[in-house]
Amino acid sequence: MIIGQAFAWVFDPTNYSGYNAIPGRLWEHVWITLLAVVIASVIAVPIGYAIGHTRRARGFSIAVSGGIRALPTLGVLSLFGLLLGIGLQAPLLALVVLAIPSVLAGAYSGIESVEPVTVDAAKAQGMTGWQILWKVEVPLGLPLLIGGFRAAVLQVVATATLAAYVGAGGLGGYFFLGLKTQDYAEMLGASILVIALAIAFEIVFAVLQRASVPKGTADPSARQRQGSRERARNPIPEGNPS
Amino acid sequence: MITAKIRAGVAAALALGVAAALTGCASSDPLDSGSSASSDSKTIVVGSQQYYSNEIIAELYAQVLEKNGFEVERNFNIGQREVYIPQLEKGAIDVMPEYSGNLLQYFDKDSKAKTADEIDDGLETALPKGLRVLDEAEATDQDSYTVTKQFSEDNDVTSLADLKDVKSKLTVGANSEFQTRPYGPKGLKSVYGVDVDFKAVEDSGGALTVKALKDGTVQLADIYSADPSIKANDFVTLEDPENLILPQNVIPVVSDKVNDKAADAIDSVNEKLTPEALIELNTKSTADKEKASTIAKEFLTDEGLL
Repeated sequence: MIIGQAFAWVFDPTNYSGYNAIPGRLWEHVWITLLAVVIASVIAVPIGYAIGHTRRARGFSIAVSGGIRALPTLGVLSLFGLLLGIGLQAPLLALVVLAIPSVLAGAYSGIESVEPVTVDAAKAQGMTGWQILWKVEVPLGLPLLIGGFRAAVLQVVATATLAAYVGAGGLGGYFFLGLKTQDYAEMLGASILVIALAIAFEIVFAVLQRASVPKGTADPSARQRQGSRERARNPIPEGNPS
Repeated sequence: MITAKIRAGVAAALALGVAAALTGCASSDPLDSGSSASSDSKTIVVGSQQYYSNEIIAELYAQVLEKNGFEVERNFNIGQREVYIPQLEKGAIDVMPEYSGNLLQYFDKDSKAKTADEIDDGLETALPKGLRVLDEAEATDQDSYTVTKQFSEDNDVTSLADLKDVKSKLTVGANSEFQTRPYGPKGLKSVYGVDVDFKAVEDSGGALTVKALKDGTVQLADIYSADPSIKANDFVTLEDPENLILPQNVIPVVSDKVNDKAADAIDSVNEKLTPEALIELNTKSTADKEKASTIAKEFLTDEGLL
């Protein structure tokens, strides 16, 4: 019954106009999510590639990104909020912090998943370090990198509900409103929207991930690398640390 | 205080599980020990909301009852009215510090009462059998439209009625439910003819709301009238000549187990509970990080009640 009420809330036409209209909130939510993951990628992908290519500082980066992953996002958000004031900046920063570990792990594990034999072969062809990175390691590591994006987006899309805590909009506002006014159908309805959004992102990234597997590696002779492609689908342990 | 708010926020963030969590609360019944204890007719069970200031008041009642020879059991930090009022009606809780306006609205959703006196009259008839309220304290803890001193001086605003002369755009920052309340932006429009935008900040007038007000991100903020941050930041709470905001005097709601002697004891605390006293008690929690029991003991000792 509450589920029915929740779906009724999702499809209630009165929720599609006015200050708190669903389309606007949905768009804010998508925008915050993508912005956070893009910023996290700009920071984490070069670092991940450097770690993967040089095979240095791996233990250190795993420890640091693991530590960051354990930070409770609401705490980080409140801290940034007190420094920067209300609005988009604080939740964006908190979500970037949340997204970085997944993207970082996707980037370096993508590079590391390339067989040493392949890298040696590239070297034997006379490729420079940069050429090996761009022409061999990056394309072959792409599925894992996209897997990292996928994990990051999934975490961020769920956690972006917190943006509403500091007045930055998104679907989270319905949770806070529903909680305080005992409108549990509204809360559940908003959850359904977040879940739908997460599934939509999942589908997009699953397709991208499949499309990003370079042609040669799909060859049966590459089957021994099946294990790494398994990881490609899910490079990061699931779950939201916040 | 901030950790309590963060905890509240986390609960909100885990919204998907909230319905389940609520039923979880009910089935594990944290009040079980309370109901068994209250079968012992001498023990009075004092409850409190999950709100630091309410807990201090509950502790005041509890300690003064103990001083007067009653056995007291504390059942603090019970979430919302929807959870603890049924426990009061069942007799699992005997004393609960409440807020007059919201209490009346809970029992009488159509109540038209606006002033403190009208609310008192309403409460006399609205409460179910077996429950009654004692005398209310002078102290209130209610929603407010609060501005910075600078804004008040620059725009010559000290009352909500002055706001309609302000030409610049006004935004009010508050919890999102404030928008749905009768005294929210719509009430401001209908009673005072003032148009305001709304910005949701979900920390119940806490540090983030204060920051937004100081930054000028919002010009008006809903900060509870007993919140020490109003004084600490030299904010100005706008007067409300038309009684738009429902008064929320501190008022104990009690069961039949509270006899005349116990009622007198609680009354003796309420007599001392002025608005200034409540703010001072709250300050000891938020600024000095003292425990509710310590704060209550100090206050009662100073007032000669212990």
